[in-house]
This record gives sequence, C-alpha cells and structure tokens, in this order.
Amino acid sequence: MRKVYLIDDSIISPLGFSTQENFQNLQENNIGIKEVDNNDIWSAPFYGSVVDNTKLNEAWNSISNDKNGDYSKLEKMMILSVSKLLSNNPSLDISRCGIVISTTKGNIGEIRKEQNDKAYLGSIAKTIQGYFDLEQTPKVLSNACISGGLALAIGKRMIQAQLFDDVIVIGGDLLSEFTLSGFFSFQAVSAAPCKPFCKNRTGISLGEAAASAWLSADKNKINGEVISISGDASANDANHISGPSRTGEGLYISITKALKEANLRSEQIDYITAHGTATPFNDEMEAIAFNRAGLQEVPLNSLKGYYGHTLGASALIESIIARHCLLNNELIASVGFEELGVSQPVNVITKNESKKLTRVLKTASGFGGCNVALIIEKLA
Amino acid sequence: MAELQEELKEKIIEQLSLEDVEVSEIGDDDPLFGDGLGLDSIDALELIVLLEKDYGIKLKDPKEGKAIFESINVMADYISKHRTK
Amino acid sequence: MEKFYISDFCSLRNNRVFKNGEKIYYDVTSESIKDFAKGLYKSLDLKYPKFHKMDELCKLGFLATEVLISHMEDVDQDTALVLSNRASSLDTDRKHQVSIDDRANFYPSPAVFVYTLPNIIMGEISIKNKLKSENAFFISEHFDPEFIANYSQVLLQTGKASNVICGWVDLDNDKYDVFLAFLSKKGKKELTKKELNNLYNQ
Repeated sequence: MRKVYLIDDSIISPLGFSTQENFQNLQENNIGIKEVDNNDIWSAPFYGSVVDNTKLNEAWNSISNDKNGDYSKLEKMMILSVSKLLSNNPSLDISRCGIVISTTKGNIGEIRKEQNDKAYLGSIAKTIQGYFDLEQTPKVLSNACISGGLALAIGKRMIQAQLFDDVIVIGGDLLSEFTLSGFFSFQAVSAAPCKPFCKNRTGISLGEAAASAWLSADKNKINGEVISISGDASANDANHISGPSRTGEGLYISITKALKEANLRSEQIDYITAHGTATPFNDEMEAIAFNRAGLQEVPLNSLKGYYGHTLGASALIESIIARHCLLNNELIASVGFEELGVSQPVNVITKNESKKLTRVLKTASGFGGCNVALIIEKLA
Repeated sequence: MAELQEELKEKIIEQLSLEDVEVSEIGDDDPLFGDGLGLDSIDALELIVLLEKDYGIKLKDPKEGKAIFESINVMADYISKHRTK
Repeated sequence: MEKFYISDFCSLRNNRVFKNGEKIYYDVTSESIKDFAKGLYKSLDLKYPKFHKMDELCKLGFLATEVLISHMEDVDQDTALVLSNRASSLDTDRKHQVSIDDRANFYPSPAVFVYTLPNIIMGEISIKNKLKSENAFFISEHFDPEFIANYSQVLLQTGKASNVICGWVDLDNDKYDVFLAFLSKKGKKELTKKELNNLYNQ
C-alpha cells in the first residue's frame, strides 16, 4: 500500500496566522488563553483562546478575492489557512485535491437568526467550494473532538485507496456561547487557563482556530525532511456517550492498531502529543490507556494549555505541531502542568528540550466514546 | 415533606426520561445511583440543574451532589433546608 | 480486488419500516417522531431503558440498526459505522439554543447538550452492540452513495473493519429519512455506488 506524506500546513489561531508564527510562540511558551470579556459569548469574563476579529479582518482583506462576499468568521479563518497553504506551494493544485473539512459545530451561532442556512455544516463546504471555484464539494466530517485527527486518517485512507493523490484537510471551530454554555452545564470549564494532567487542574479552557494540512502520495513534493503518517486507527469505547472509558479501551485499541499498521513497538515512540483536555476523567483515561500500551515513559504533552480546546481543529493543529517538532527535533513543554494529577505514571514534558525525534504518537478522544491514534514518522 | 418527596420523584422521572419507572417504584430511601435507579454521570449533572432551576440552589462544588443525591429522603431534606424558591 | 456485498438494508420513512425491500412495520396513528420511535421500540421488544434518554435523531439511528441486525446472532466488534446526514444534530441544537436564549432564564441541560453532536448516534449504537470499531460521521447535502461506498470499501479492504454499517440518518424540522446498509464479505448484491443508490431510492 502506498505511503502518505505530510507536505505542508498552515495554522490560523490566536498564536499566529501561520504555522511558523504558531510554532515560534510555542517555542517561547506563549499561551493563547486569556481572560475574555465578550458579552456575545458569555455574560461574565472567562478564560478562553479567541482569534482577534480586527486582526482577522485585516488578514482577510489582504488576501481575499471576494471582499464583498458573505463569509462567517470561521469561513474566513478556514479560507485564510488554505490560501496560505496554496500561496506557499505553487505546485499544489487544489482543483485536483480531495478535500476533507473537519468541524464539530461550524457556524452554530447562526441558529439564532431567522435565515440560518449557514448553521448547516454543509454550507461551509459550499462556501469553500465557491471561493476556490472547485468542481467537487468538499467532504465534511463531524465526529466530536477527534474530528481533526480522524480527518487526517481519512485523508490518508483516501490517498491509499488511490481515490486521490493529494488531499487537503481543513479543520476549524469557533469559541461560541453554544459550546461554552454546554461545557459549563457539564461543570467542566476551568476558572483559570487549563492545566492538563496536573493535580491542580479544574477543567477545560475552550479555544478557536482553523488549520489546513496537505497530504500527498508523492514525496518528491517535499522540500526537506520526509514526514509520513505511517499508522492510524480509530475505535469506540462502547461504554458511555459522555464519560470516557474507565479502562481507556477505545484509545488503547486505537494506539495498538496504529502501531501495528506502522509496524512499530511502543518503545519506538519518541513523543506523545496527547488529547489532554484537563478534565479529571479524560486525563485519567488517557493515562490508563498509555500505561496499558506501555507508553508511560514516553515524553508527553498536551497543547490545550496553549490553544484551549479548539474542538474540530484541535487534533489537526496538534498533528501539525507534531510534524514541526519532528523537523526541529524539539519537545515543547506541556504548559500549565505542575504536579502529576493522574493515578498512573505519565512522563509530562515540563520544559522545552532539544531531542532527536523520529516518531510521534498523536491521540484524541471525544464525546460519543470515539478515539483516534496517528503515528507521524520522520523517514530516513 | 412527603409532598416534596412525591414532587421530586415525578420531576426525576420526567427530567431524566425514566420512561419505564413509576413514582410508586421509587422508595424514599432507595439509592438513586449505582444499583438503584441506575442513574449515570449525565443524570447527576441534570439533577444539579434541577436543584438550581426549580429550587434556587446553586451547588458551589458539583462533588457535593454525590452526597445530596443519595436518596429521595436525603435530597428532600437538603432542598427544604436550602431552597430559595 | 476483493469483492464486498450489501448483505442487508433497511429504511425508516413516513412511519414505515422496510427491511430488505419488505415492509415490516407501519404505524398509522403516531403523529410525532417521538411516538413513532416509541411504537417501533415496543414492537421490536427491546428492553433498553437508555433508549428513552436519547434524542430523536439517536432513537431513529438506533432503531434502524436494531432492525438491520435483528436476524443476526451477534455483530462482530470490528463492524465499523459510517453514517451521514444533512442536518447534523440541528434538531437538538435548537433545543439547547432555546435553553440559553434568555440570559435571565439560562438553564442549559447537560442531557440535551450531550446530543448536540451527530456522532453520538454511533456512540449509542456502539454501546448497545458492543462495537469497539471505526466510526465516522459525514455531512452532505444529499446521501452520497459514491463516497460512502468508497470509504466503506477502504475500511473493509484495509482490514480496519470486518463489516460496515453505513447509511443516512437525517432529521430536520420534523422530517426524517433513515437508510442503513450492512456491508460484508457475503451476500448477493455487490457493493457499488449504483447498487447502494438504488437501494436508498427504493
């Protein structure tokens, strides 16, 4: 079966409007989570990671070929990330690419309006199709918090099945009153920037972001070291629709199957970029699954302390950052972490470190009992 | 008190969609979670909303719920002491 | 290339349930989806209290799966779920939105919020049938037999799934359309986009 390579990527987030800017901020341990005082989202100040509207509109006006069109904030962020990917890669012909869009709630704020066609997730695919003048409508995946990682897996599978030679995965979600109110009703929102895997954690922080990644069967398109997605798997816990499995079952199965596909053993993994939402049940479940898979000593971080939980974008962004950690041979500190707060040992990265890295495990888990694992590998 | 207990049973059946359960089947001292009515973590969160919405009681720490939702009697006792509506 | 087959299929439309082309249930009285679902639940003789907690979209997807697999002794735990629809979870999204529209009367319900994701249907089906398998939920304007057939075939060919339950589970503004197909290595109807499309349109 043919290999699938990660060629290039682009992130639009509060930590910058390019992957480079984002990665630099992570290297400096700068966080996107701030106190947000925005009555449209919440009646009281809260901690979250939001994209500045003024900055976004400036960037939009400088690249957009349709300045008078009706684009939502999320659509602008997604289109901006794709546009940057295209302008950085003149050889990338979007009209020949399969496109997978990953989002959980899309333009959900629109349901408050009487005319609310944009609240339908498919409308985002239509908007992107129209903007880039594409023949085919992009596919939309909405699979809770694993969407961004699962979309990469699906892109990889589409290439392996020779449905396409190139796929662009686009992920994005907004920080909305809709989702924030729901997580508040779950008593799951942290009163301070979130602290994944830490004893002093008090829940999640939400964030917003968009990102794009280019997957290809052709490694000659790579300028530099070759990074491949060499294994992927997804499995349901079959346990509970909102509570993570107590045994980490689905995540454990996902990791085991992804390792098997990549023909690797757990001790060959150099780094884990975990889901790490900073809710007690999630972090505990992950620690159990990593221990079952023999990965307890592998350096691990969660990027939720930087970005907050960006839902449909999160696992995509975390995979993109994993690629850049491999390219830079650098581990990024799991910001917010002080003292281990899970019952099983995990090796949380407490400060940035230069280290030769070859293989990364990316995992994500979400409502509905879904889990995904990806192996991202630097090939010699 | 007995009235509050009946009211709570009706509300729990309604709010938690316990379609196959009758008011008469819930004993005042029966455990609500675990082997009792088989309620789960979402049900516990839903009961926290019920306390706030119908009785004006806002739990400072959701973990308090575990003790309060032990049985109908414990819940009724807590509500009658702390209710603001 | 290995061949795969559509071994069973079913649909729920207009208070009628069809399995493998035959009408197996018709509800003349129910006016709401909730009542239709409850009637079908009773007729299937399911003892599953969690059913009553589900939102309508999940009830429809859950019941269709029960109809689809009712003749099977058990379903392999590697049976993947590949579902799709147009309206995502908007039916329940609107309920959650109503609970937060008024800041003075602001009581979002966790039991409603948890259903504001379309893939929860697959969680419910997985729990009931102990499927620890691949799940994916896609959104498209109409049922997309080509993509659903292609993606399901990829899962079967690469061994990521032993069987696939795929289809369309849509609910929007009190209108629903549910179609599921069971894909496996055995059967008479070969898995093609044309066949899947024909069965959907039956």
